[in-house]
Amino acid sequence: MSEKRIRVLVAKPGLDGHDRGAKVIAQALRDGGMEVVYTGLRQTPEQIVSAALQEDVDVVGMSILSGAHGTLFPEVVNLLREKGAGDILVVGGGIIPEEDIPALKEAGVAAVFGPGTPLADVVSYIKESVN
Amino acid sequence: MFKQDQLDKIAANKEKWASKLEATMKKRPARQTEFAVDSGVTINTVYTPLDLADRDYDQDLGLPGEYPFTRGVQPNLYRGRLWTMRQYAGFGSAEETNQRFRYLLEQGQTGLSCAFDLPTQIGYDSDHPLARGEVGKVGVAIDSLADMETLFDQIPLGKVSTSMTINAPAGVLLAMYIACAENQGFKKSEINGTIQNDVIKEYICRGTYILPPEPSMRLISNIFEFCSKEIPQWNTISISGYHIREAGATAAQEIAFTLADGIAYVDAAIKSGLDVDNFGPRLSFFFNAHLNFLEEVAKFRAARRVWAKIMRERFGAKNPRSWTLRFHTQTAGVSLTAQQPMVNIMRTAFEALSAVLGGTQSLHTNSYDEALALPCDESVMIALRTQQVIGYEIGVCDLVDPLGGSYYIESLTNALEEKCMEYINKIDALGGAVKAIEYMQKEIHNSAYQYQLAIDNKKKTVIGVNSFHMEEKPPEGLLKVDLSVGERQVEKLKKMKAGRDQAKVESLLKAIREAAENEANLIPVFIDAVKEYVTLGEICGVLRDVFGEYKQQIVF
Repeated sequence: MSEKRIRVLVAKPGLDGHDRGAKVIAQALRDGGMEVVYTGLRQTPEQIVSAALQEDVDVVGMSILSGAHGTLFPEVVNLLREKGAGDILVVGGGIIPEEDIPALKEAGVAAVFGPGTPLADVVSYIKESVN
Repeated sequence: MFKQDQLDKIAANKEKWASKLEATMKKRPARQTEFAVDSGVTINTVYTPLDLADRDYDQDLGLPGEYPFTRGVQPNLYRGRLWTMRQYAGFGSAEETNQRFRYLLEQGQTGLSCAFDLPTQIGYDSDHPLARGEVGKVGVAIDSLADMETLFDQIPLGKVSTSMTINAPAGVLLAMYIACAENQGFKKSEINGTIQNDVIKEYICRGTYILPPEPSMRLISNIFEFCSKEIPQWNTISISGYHIREAGATAAQEIAFTLADGIAYVDAAIKSGLDVDNFGPRLSFFFNAHLNFLEEVAKFRAARRVWAKIMRERFGAKNPRSWTLRFHTQTAGVSLTAQQPMVNIMRTAFEALSAVLGGTQSLHTNSYDEALALPCDESVMIALRTQQVIGYEIGVCDLVDPLGGSYYIESLTNALEEKCMEYINKIDALGGAVKAIEYMQKEIHNSAYQYQLAIDNKKKTVIGVNSFHMEEKPPEGLLKVDLSVGERQVEKLKKMKAGRDQAKVESLLKAIREAAENEANLIPVFIDAVKEYVTLGEICGVLRDVFGEYKQQIVF
């Protein structure tokens, strides 16, 4: 028996339309053996959390390149906690200045992957953190 | 291009040379098993007249300013006037962006290029729930003519040219620009600039769509018609490959998908009853300048030739100005690294040089800190200086198409034209660009994934990312847009709305609804409305109500 496959929701919160990174990560996670659901663009935190619950995921990965991460990432974490799903691992990526990362981690974002991160690092981080 | 006896002699010499090459390769093997450009064209060791044996100089190249425009759209190009140095800028409030614009003009920039925040690009006012966290982040927030007046305060709109990166609500922003220029005392016919107005690529890859394709194409045709009559200098659309490339496309896919989009706009405008030579000369394009220097030069040349043929042969345009592909270029944002950011200055310089050698009409050079944040004043200045070095110091602007005639450049131009036409034929077979959106998305995604894998497995070297690492201090002095911008903008909007005659606003919105339902040209009613400070969100709200919203298919 193989172990249960990790389920990941890749989400694009906010109005930003840059989804190259989100889709490339989604593909890499799928090729890494995970089950991946991609939300598409323009998702509100409420929509992301409801998709995460409905799809029963282990991980929510969000990508923002517009600078709205400081508002939207913590909202998703808080909403997950409110719904009793605080155990879902939340990670983020995009154009996120180094100095914003401590506050995001404080808010409950487990890891932030900036530009230049190899795909394999993201895949192995998720595997190690979930299992 | 060459006589047969010359070619025979070269062929004989090349055969001898090949055995010499083989001997050398035994001692010094090639660095990699294959050399190729990402578009899928193999690169040989060397190019000779043999690679161009089947070509005809007049038919394939001609002279600059002459069909098929491979060598450029103007006879004297930069010997007359350099390209327009146009840095894309905008962030926070209209006051802050106005200051950045005036700073850039003082530094010698020759045209403005305005970035709008995402709520503006998607037709929401700053107080809309979906605007939360986004107001003023990636561009300036414009809710009404009041913001537009602040944005261009002390900038004479009859004297500068302005490019506005606005697509789905382009008609409304154009209406505000016209109203603002008229308030400054200029006539419509005196203003000059560009709206991006390219919605198909929003569906494909950029994401700031509002309406479904059919009403979007109608709005675009409305703009073509209105501008051809009222503001003849205006570039009514900037058909954009830039974002298609940023999303992951190869050079060949970039030009193919862009020109396929162009075909769709021309088709729609002709169907709406316009004459191709009426709007054809005002179509403009926007391309990316990426890292593979020579491939990029060839790409620009190939795009010009393909478009000239499409306009003349496919659409029967008679005006030579309809045949010319005039384009803006921006260096590749995706090529910038967060690691060792100063190295981005060099990347951007080479990319910018490829655009100049490719004959661009205007250029934006990225700032070195843009993989980290919006650019700061210092990095923007260096980016502009990079263009000035190319324009004034290194001699490449003293003649037209200096790389024309290079065996490799010509051969690659031909190869990219062929690849481009293969994609265009495929898209035609699918029923045109609007029907082929998901096909293009899949192609782009596959290329993006391959590109990332090539970096991860080190087939592609990226300095600072997968090789030549070094310890770095975290960068300092990055530009930050604080959240109070949003709060202030919402406050301002509230105050402005309170000062309006509500009955008048309602009647103007009703006129827009009627025009939308009755297939009238929408631009004149937009102008009437924005003059009375009806907001962007109110106007787009009516359009959403009448036409519905586009829902994206998820493809990955």
